[in-house]
Amino acid sequence: MVVAVLVVAAIALVPLVRGRRGADSRPPAVLDREPGVGDDPGSPPAQARPVTEVALPDELGQPGGARTIEADEAEVEEIAPRRRFRERLGRSRSAFSRGLAGLLARGADDESAWEELEEALLAADVGVATTTELIERLRRRAKAGAADLRELLRAELLDAVGSDDRSLDLDLIPAAERPGVVLVVGVNGTGKTTTCGKLALALSEEGKQTVLAAADTFRAAATEQLVLWGERVGAQVVRHQQGADPAAVAFDALASARAKHADVLLVDTAGRLHTKTNLMEELRKVRRVLEREGGPLREVLLVLDATTGQNGLAQAKQFTETVGVTGLVLTKLDGTAKGGIVVAVQRELGIPVKLVGLGEGAHDLAPFDPEAFVDALLAEDASAR
Amino acid sequence: MFDSLSDRLQDIFAKLRGHGRLSEAQVDAALREVRLALLEADVNFRVVKDFVGRVRERAVGEEVTRSLTPAQQVIKIVHEELIATLGERNEPLVFAPRPPTVVLLAGLQGSGKTTTAAKLARWLVTKHRRPLLVACDLQRPAAVRQLQVLGEQAKVPVFAPEDGSGRGDPVAVALGARAEAERTGRDVLVVDTAGRLAVDAEMMAQAAAIKDAVQPTEVLLVVDAMTGQDAVQTALAFQEGVDVTGVILSKLDGDARGGAALSIRSVTGRPVKFATTGEKLADFDAFHPDRLAGRILGMGDVLTLIERAEETVDRERAEEMERKLRQASFTLEDFLDQLQQVKKMGPLSQVLGMLPGMSQQLRGAEVDDRDIARVEAIIQSMTPRERANPKILNGSRRARIARGSGTTTQQVNALVRQFDEARKMMKQLAGMNPKKLRRMGLRM
Repeated sequence: MVVAVLVVAAIALVPLVRGRRGADSRPPAVLDREPGVGDDPGSPPAQARPVTEVALPDELGQPGGARTIEADEAEVEEIAPRRRFRERLGRSRSAFSRGLAGLLARGADDESAWEELEEALLAADVGVATTTELIERLRRRAKAGAADLRELLRAELLDAVGSDDRSLDLDLIPAAERPGVVLVVGVNGTGKTTTCGKLALALSEEGKQTVLAAADTFRAAATEQLVLWGERVGAQVVRHQQGADPAAVAFDALASARAKHADVLLVDTAGRLHTKTNLMEELRKVRRVLEREGGPLREVLLVLDATTGQNGLAQAKQFTETVGVTGLVLTKLDGTAKGGIVVAVQRELGIPVKLVGLGEGAHDLAPFDPEAFVDALLAEDASAR
Repeated sequence: MFDSLSDRLQDIFAKLRGHGRLSEAQVDAALREVRLALLEADVNFRVVKDFVGRVRERAVGEEVTRSLTPAQQVIKIVHEELIATLGERNEPLVFAPRPPTVVLLAGLQGSGKTTTAAKLARWLVTKHRRPLLVACDLQRPAAVRQLQVLGEQAKVPVFAPEDGSGRGDPVAVALGARAEAERTGRDVLVVDTAGRLAVDAEMMAQAAAIKDAVQPTEVLLVVDAMTGQDAVQTALAFQEGVDVTGVILSKLDGDARGGAALSIRSVTGRPVKFATTGEKLADFDAFHPDRLAGRILGMGDVLTLIERAEETVDRERAEEMERKLRQASFTLEDFLDQLQQVKKMGPLSQVLGMLPGMSQQLRGAEVDDRDIARVEAIIQSMTPRERANPKILNGSRRARIARGSGTTTQQVNALVRQFDEARKMMKQLAGMNPKKLRRMGLRM
């Protein structure tokens, strides 16, 4: 009986929702909304600030051509030596692509070898759709008599990971546009605060003066955690009390950074699941306030945990829609997880990985190295078999 | 995005609606979809392989009973097999015969151990226990402080002799905690530890040392519901390192399917005992493995929905509604009533997310409780006669209703159109018997 009620409810509601999605000429009711379903204790109701125009992601953060390139090479070297990535991944690298070795030995018409290859990609969280497509392309090329399958797959994967500009757009900022603002976002527990700390260190070692904004006012002691990082790396931290409006923290931090003529402002935000509309609206507001006061953001970094599975794509989509993500930080890559979901994110959304987290040390943040990443992706972990 | 497994299977079997036995070809076609669904839900690929093998063995040659379509038959087998793997019902927390009971939490960085520790402690308080939180994460900056703040919120004392942030010996803290519990008359210790990687031998040895020091009754592995293929490696490493007795699945309030739970259960045999479903301390409860089956397959959490409906929906009204549904005399008035009942069950997006097949459709569509408010306003601006018989709604009536409800005529038109469609579907449904209805709702 209750089921009957539910069935009716379902039928009644589906058209309601559908009707809304296929919405007609109704003027877009995107008013500056109160956060919807009030289900979070920590988020203070957003004040109805007038919506100034919210710039689209495409319009910002695109590194403006030649001016960054050389400078970034230098920066890349300075955040952490490039070899770090390979060193850290070296342990699994020695076993590089046994699946491929098998393929070479047994020939391209051995089905079980193809299956192994497919499993290697699936095991790395690359995802079914991307894996299937990669394997299909490889099969076509193998049929066409292409020579070295190992190289071909590597090339396919490198291609999939993309060759976008991976440098942070933080060099040669005109004085009038300082500080360059970096907004750090992500779901709970991916390592946003730690990433902010490590990034602050890397930037200050480059000689950039950095201010940290503790805009995670929700999680208990998140501010303290960032303050400890600030002390460690010698960066000022702007903080409010727990439960304060994160947009207000961002606002004050920007004013403070500007007064100090700081080069970069790093804004740490509270972890939030991408499905929580009101929390995503809160984040949109942080961005809006920062842009209204300081112009376009330099970078919006989405921190993704390497252990994340297919949900990572949903996360990237939603955060991109809300705050226009310009790059990924792939953390915890020093574990057994391969982080293959970034291949899917890059392919579907065109968002490049810019940095990787390789450990708990303050220096364990490195620029993304596509080749090392792809090699590690295909390497079989001894522990896995 | 992808459709739910049941939709996809319906498509495959659309042309094969016969009776008789399931043929190999039919089963294989269906299992391809099952495999995809499981992989997309982040179940480990090896676990998927075994699982699909088992289902195939059972399904080939299976008689398609008259009341089920072949698709439903396959889903039934998959569902049963999933529950056989995940376990029928919740496995409760084990308490020591002689207090204190010690619960050790372990896991990767960022899986949610500290928050979960506080949630578990609060849950224990509601079960009339006297927990003590123990701060053994001395690694992450301010982790101890975080536990203290959360302990305060949960009104549970926190044993934290060290400040942490890289200093102090967690084993010594663990040792001291037992004595402290005995001294202050605490009967459950909840020990928070630092996050560690499966490959970090040194940190794993430290976890083992903490374990030896406190002799836990339960070692619970905290796993992020969004975890992908790596869940297997993590679970095996922790099982070897600290002999895990159970799992807490965290962050289950997102839209991840939670296939990691199936992987972990398959390779370690350890049950998921609890799940955390929100940022509030109260968002923590015993885990019902059978309910995850539907979620992994993308079929919604019907059982929880039914439970919630039973709590909030007025029985008599529901019976009345069923009668009307049967006679197809459903009016806008009833529709309004229906909406209000559903509203009581919680935020609309959450309720709809639990319906089979619904979560996928809802992706991208913004569901807002204010939509309900608008529909309510429109119906409330109608006269009783109009509500009973929408056919009499002519142009001027519609204009009046729009003015009265602060909407536009187009919105009024849309609602009336939707209502008409809904009523047509209900007429079809009314032809079915309750058993069949029940199956539609309950099977998955």
